[in-house]
Amino acid sequence: MEIPYTVKPRPDTGLYNAKLGIWLFLASEVMLFGALFSAYILLRVGAAEGTWPKGLLNVPLGTINTLVLITSSITVVMAWVSLKMNQFGKFRVYQAITLLCALGFLGIKSYEYKDKFTHYQIVKSDGTYVDGHMVEKTADHVILDGIEAKQLSEINSPEHGKHPEHKHITVPTSEIKKIGNYGPAHNTYMAIYFTLTGLHALHVIGGALVIAFLWGPGAKMWKTEPERFTNRIEVSGLFWHFVDLVWIFLFPVLYLL
Amino acid sequence: MQHTNQDSHHQEHAHHEPGFWAKYIFSTDHKVIGIQYAITSLIFLFIGFSLIMAMRWQLAYPGKPIPIIGGLLQQALGDAAAGGVMSPDLYNAFGAMHGTIMVFLGIVPLAFAAFGNFVVPLQIGAVDMAFPRINMASYQSFVVGGVIMMVSFFIPGGAAQAGWTSYSPLATIIPTQGQTFWIIGMVFLITSSLLGAVNFIVTIIQMRAPGMNWMRMPFFVWAQFVTAFLLLLAFPPLEAAALMQLMDKVADTSFFLPTGLVISGQVLPISGGGSPLLWQHLFWFLGHPEVYVLILPAMGIVCEVITNNSRKPIWGYKSLVYSSLAIGFLSFIVWAHHMYLTGMGTKISTFFQTTTMIISIPSVIILTCFFISLWGGSIRFNTPMLFCLAFLPMFGIGGLTGLPLGFNYSDIFLHDTYYVIAHFHYIVAPGTIFALFAGIYYWYPKATGRHMSEFWGKVHFWLSLLCMNLIFQPMFVQGMAGLNRRLYDGGATYAGSGEGIIGIPQFFIDLNKMISHAAWLLAIVQIPFIINFFWSIRNGRKVASDNPWDATTLEWQTPTPPPHGNFIEVPNVYRGPYEYSVPGHKADFTPQNEPEPGTHKTAKPSPK
Amino acid sequence: MSDQHTHHDVSKHVRGYLIIFAALLVGTVLTVWASYIHFGAKDSNTWNIVVALIIASTKAFLVAGYFMHLISEKKLIYSILAFTGFFVVGLMYLTIWSMEPANIVHFK
Repeated sequence: MEIPYTVKPRPDTGLYNAKLGIWLFLASEVMLFGALFSAYILLRVGAAEGTWPKGLLNVPLGTINTLVLITSSITVVMAWVSLKMNQFGKFRVYQAITLLCALGFLGIKSYEYKDKFTHYQIVKSDGTYVDGHMVEKTADHVILDGIEAKQLSEINSPEHGKHPEHKHITVPTSEIKKIGNYGPAHNTYMAIYFTLTGLHALHVIGGALVIAFLWGPGAKMWKTEPERFTNRIEVSGLFWHFVDLVWIFLFPVLYLL
Repeated sequence: MQHTNQDSHHQEHAHHEPGFWAKYIFSTDHKVIGIQYAITSLIFLFIGFSLIMAMRWQLAYPGKPIPIIGGLLQQALGDAAAGGVMSPDLYNAFGAMHGTIMVFLGIVPLAFAAFGNFVVPLQIGAVDMAFPRINMASYQSFVVGGVIMMVSFFIPGGAAQAGWTSYSPLATIIPTQGQTFWIIGMVFLITSSLLGAVNFIVTIIQMRAPGMNWMRMPFFVWAQFVTAFLLLLAFPPLEAAALMQLMDKVADTSFFLPTGLVISGQVLPISGGGSPLLWQHLFWFLGHPEVYVLILPAMGIVCEVITNNSRKPIWGYKSLVYSSLAIGFLSFIVWAHHMYLTGMGTKISTFFQTTTMIISIPSVIILTCFFISLWGGSIRFNTPMLFCLAFLPMFGIGGLTGLPLGFNYSDIFLHDTYYVIAHFHYIVAPGTIFALFAGIYYWYPKATGRHMSEFWGKVHFWLSLLCMNLIFQPMFVQGMAGLNRRLYDGGATYAGSGEGIIGIPQFFIDLNKMISHAAWLLAIVQIPFIINFFWSIRNGRKVASDNPWDATTLEWQTPTPPPHGNFIEVPNVYRGPYEYSVPGHKADFTPQNEPEPGTHKTAKPSPK
Repeated sequence: MSDQHTHHDVSKHVRGYLIIFAALLVGTVLTVWASYIHFGAKDSNTWNIVVALIIASTKAFLVAGYFMHLISEKKLIYSILAFTGFFVVGLMYLTIWSMEPANIVHFK
């Protein structure tokens, strides 16, 4: 029993099965991320004055990650082109670069995550704030490397180009009303940041696993059914481009605006 | 499939004799997967029904130990059912899980996945689904989701308690982990639905047999096609919402928790800034299309059975097709009529009220087409037909009683009363479930090669019809008297003369007893069906031919039961799906793959 | 656009892909640069959002149109994506409309 149109397109639709399938799947992904972006807009519009942070994330790292993903996109296309031109060796090289890019992206992302989990904010008993990276924590005091502020808005939206000097600040435990890191529980901005980028990172991992499989054990199909294998590369590439596309929106929305 | 090469035939043959596990558990054959879905979801329907039967005891006889199963519940669930009495927490958990199981584990898998898997590839003349292995993964993901839901009953604190709608903040602040299980279970169920939906759409677009163009597809296939799109595009927002609720639950975020939320006099130590309305929007963005996911496949089944048993073509095939497409489209922009009481504002309520009224038009067109199709037919009153004939007025009642809920002003009074329960149960219980029963009786001979007993089928039908109406008709009365649907004691606390602002006359509360007895009777009259279903597999009357109902569609033009690969040779389709009683033809039905009389059998059909 | 291509055709496309790649790199730099400039009125960043979204949409169009071959894709795919786009916009717009404080009657 053969399933028709796994390799050749059906004449009246002009598509082979897997290509239609991946586009339908991507349509559902659009709805998934669309719903999360709606949540982002709502939370942002609904946030109280001065509580929505700006410039909290590391723009250079975000930019590098954008470039890394764009590079991986071009190598995915080139890998598919190489197969079309019957150059299997080149395909291997290009997809190897794609996989390295994926790893690089995830590496930078986890560094950024770690940075947020070591970044603390203290609300003191007198209502002022201390904000910075954890240096030392003992039973009777906490030392942060950062800034002091009277109001939250001074931390969340500093004036352009004027980032205050960081210094070591010691806060006795008795003066701490509330302390917490910049994890998802910090505020709705961090919550949506971790949810969106976390879900995106899961997509990167998923896509990389598929590409790795087709690069390694799955590549055997090239010998037996080259056309079908090329189709698989095209379909996995479509998914990869979509992941890139999501990041193209995530980057300005979370890092720059 | 015919093989000229002896060697490959041999291999194929060896491939066709897999062991038990490969054949029934890890099968990639769409028919086996369909049957797996059918049996699993029937079991879940039974579980969901059992939960409500226990709850109906509490409503009828508040605070009394549940007879028969009370002790069993205490043993299994501990303090939640101490002394065999249903505790409020258990009542909430059963209520939430009744809805979840019935919708996501019972009816959708049965209506969409089971019937769709078994029938759609056969009806379009395909060898299998487009992605057989994804199809298997879809079923396995469904089972995993179902198991997680079931396990949640037995964890400390029990299953989710915030209703099948899981409104935040309630769902988030309940300290037990039932809700976490619910969310994780839902993620698996959503994955299963997405894989299924992609598979169905690709199969219907790509795998139609030669000559099976769009307007020759049976209406059942159209209904499944639209349903698949609803699942594909409406479920992801719920998945997004579920992820955010999961974050709220395990990572202490505040997506759905507003600033300054006070629980038991204490301000919650959360960052706040979230929006409870956001959950409702994302939930109902799925929730309303889901209603049409429940009803469209049922309409598809009704269409097949009615045309077959009235022996005449369906009236208004094109109207049916376009109406179902219109329903599919509109169902995405009516969701907030579930939220009139949230204070969204009057302008937006008016918008959703308008779209809600518009979407009732295609539904009425579909129902009208079915009624007119009966006109002048020579009707055969067999079991599947009886269920479908009952579907029409039952769905009609359910639909028409929905109009007052769609209007802003009347909804303010009826919201959250038993009227709502009666309304949507008329649609899904004597509506959809009757259509599903019809489908089971109708396609059973194709799947097994034997008929189910007609006599016991009719017993099952008449008694079910009676019980369904005894259960849900009084609820309209209760609802209009203002009885709230979420009361643990069935309203006993609010009993009164009905003269003051609060106070429901005893009569309306006493109706609970009648309803509960009817519900238990409904359970008893399902016994003939269950026995009939399993007994007939080996002992039913054998089918006289491959086409025992004298039907026109392609699923009856295969061997019985259809082999792996379905058709002996790829069928050519020459005509529309419902050519019954065509003047000048020798039989009162003309199968889709039969060439025009007088032309040669090998004549090429039109290429499209 | 999978099968009708000969090797020669495909190699002609490579040049196009590299141009798109360069455009995406430029777009990334542009969007970062634009975020450091203030557009429009003094205490409103509306125009910054508009500019950033225009750049992002252009990049998205390049990726979807050329890397994913949407520009020469079949009609069927277009219609699926058109419906998806409509529903996403509907979800966003109606949800946000319903949450606008001006619409909430209680507080008036």
